[in-house]
Amino acid sequence: MFTKPIHTKLLYLVILAAALLLPWYVPDAYIFQIVTMSVIFAISTSGMNLILGYTGQVTLAHGAFFGIGAYGVAIMTKAGISFWLALPASALISAFIGLLIGLPTLRTRGAYFAIVTLCFGVIVWIVSGNWIELTGGHNGIFGIPRPSAIPVPFFGEITFFTQTGMYYLSLAFLLIVLFALHRLVYSVFGLTFMAVRNNEPLADSVGINTFTTKLVSFVAGNFIAGIAGGLYAAIIGAVSPTAAGYMMTFNFLIFVILGGMATLSGPVVGAFAIPIIMEFMQFLEDFRMLIFGALLILVIIYFPMGLVGGLRRLNEKVVAWRQRKTTESGHASS
Amino acid sequence: MLRVESLTKRFYGLVAVHELSFDIKKGEILAIIGPNGAGKSTVFNLITGTLKPTSGRIYIEDQEITGLRPYKVASKGISRTFQTTSLFDQLRVIDNLMIGYKWRTGLGFWNTLLHTPAWKAYQTEAYKRSMETLDFLGLADKSDYFVPALSQEEQKRLAIGIALVCKPRILLLDEPTGGLIQEETERVTDLIRRVRDNGTTVCLIEHKMQMIMGLVDRIVVLNYGKKIADGSPDEVKSDQAVIQAYLGGEVNA
Repeated sequence: MFTKPIHTKLLYLVILAAALLLPWYVPDAYIFQIVTMSVIFAISTSGMNLILGYTGQVTLAHGAFFGIGAYGVAIMTKAGISFWLALPASALISAFIGLLIGLPTLRTRGAYFAIVTLCFGVIVWIVSGNWIELTGGHNGIFGIPRPSAIPVPFFGEITFFTQTGMYYLSLAFLLIVLFALHRLVYSVFGLTFMAVRNNEPLADSVGINTFTTKLVSFVAGNFIAGIAGGLYAAIIGAVSPTAAGYMMTFNFLIFVILGGMATLSGPVVGAFAIPIIMEFMQFLEDFRMLIFGALLILVIIYFPMGLVGGLRRLNEKVVAWRQRKTTESGHASS
Repeated sequence: MLRVESLTKRFYGLVAVHELSFDIKKGEILAIIGPNGAGKSTVFNLITGTLKPTSGRIYIEDQEITGLRPYKVASKGISRTFQTTSLFDQLRVIDNLMIGYKWRTGLGFWNTLLHTPAWKAYQTEAYKRSMETLDFLGLADKSDYFVPALSQEEQKRLAIGIALVCKPRILLLDEPTGGLIQEETERVTDLIRRVRDNGTTVCLIEHKMQMIMGLVDRIVVLNYGKKIADGSPDEVKSDQAVIQAYLGGEVNA
């Protein structure tokens, strides 16, 4: 029902191998840090894609839920709670606050939902900057301890004191999230998300509780944002209000749109490609934002489905061209 | 089977449906006709919960469904189509049908995430039933097509399929042949007849008199939100009130 062609599977295997072997061919610590951040942003953006891409609800609070996850881990681990407990707890808090926000706002449609979530995002950002007792104000929280080592029988233990350890930890979470999303999206249950996005009145009339569907998507997406935020706090070792700010939301938004909405690979491609493009444009200093803005507009006009959508269309064209060629040569030989 | 009792709907000053009572009998094909603006589609919207009635009650087999949300009404076995062909046009044909079957299954967030044996069974069941419905519609060879690749008539048939896939007790069709040419109309008419023969009660809104007269068992005529006639096609054809209000004094069906 939902199978992919063999060459696509092979491509994914190659990418996976490249990701697993990354510490061996990227010796530069700075670039390695950027890649690790990309992995974390890919996790968070995948969560946003579930809400925005698949279910069609324009959430502009994703950075806030990312921030809640980050502050959750920061505060809890500073209080002496193990990272392995703090991470799921923070993600659950993120999901729960998502539930509270979703209950009233998901009854509204279209622009209203976007505005309310944008407001919530700004509120979280302001609170994180001013509730000094809890969040440390604009200075944030420093010295967040690294995750404790996991003992493995017969092998010793897995430690997270190095960048490499944290990279593999993030990668593992990215794979788990993608695996879970893959299961959700390629199923009848996942189709209901797309049904709500595509035609809400029809979805309602064929027996789908559209409100619950949107709520499940929103809560699950925010849970994923919370996980990504928690990992971010542990890797950076510090959290400040920028981690919860609306600029974070807009970064995720750009990753989703440029990478490709409603595709599983789109957010990952976006989260990796854009920071790398930004690095290459470093020499332009602040002017790079100008060029980036123009690029964004071009992509939205010419590739509304993002990079992945564009590649997919290109692939379809190549297949069609090949089919035409084989039929033509068939005619020629006969 | 479905009973509507003194149903009234007011939009501010305008009375769209006024004290309307009728019933749909098991196994029949009932047509609701009337001039434009007579309140036909409003009646459908009231039955299916898209609109809330100002007053009156709706029952299905003596169970009251007045004012339930649309997805709840659907789960009571009442399916509908919309006047403008309404489909999930970003998805494939087979996906459209599986979405329509979803409420019949226990497919939810957790069993999908964990791929439980129940998930597998439901998923297979949904696929099988969808393919069965596609066979019935004559669209089986197009199951992997995206909706925009279908012809107008195929889209109309798919819309009926989405409503039919969950084995409803009653199927409400809002102008199932609107915008189709004669030949296509006949094919859709034939499909509706087969739906009834398979045990689903059908109620439809239609404008094409010739098609209705040959198809339906009973006709309810509305004018300005009120019922002015209710009976077999022959009775309705010779009803003075109907002739005056709707057919403009001439009957050439």
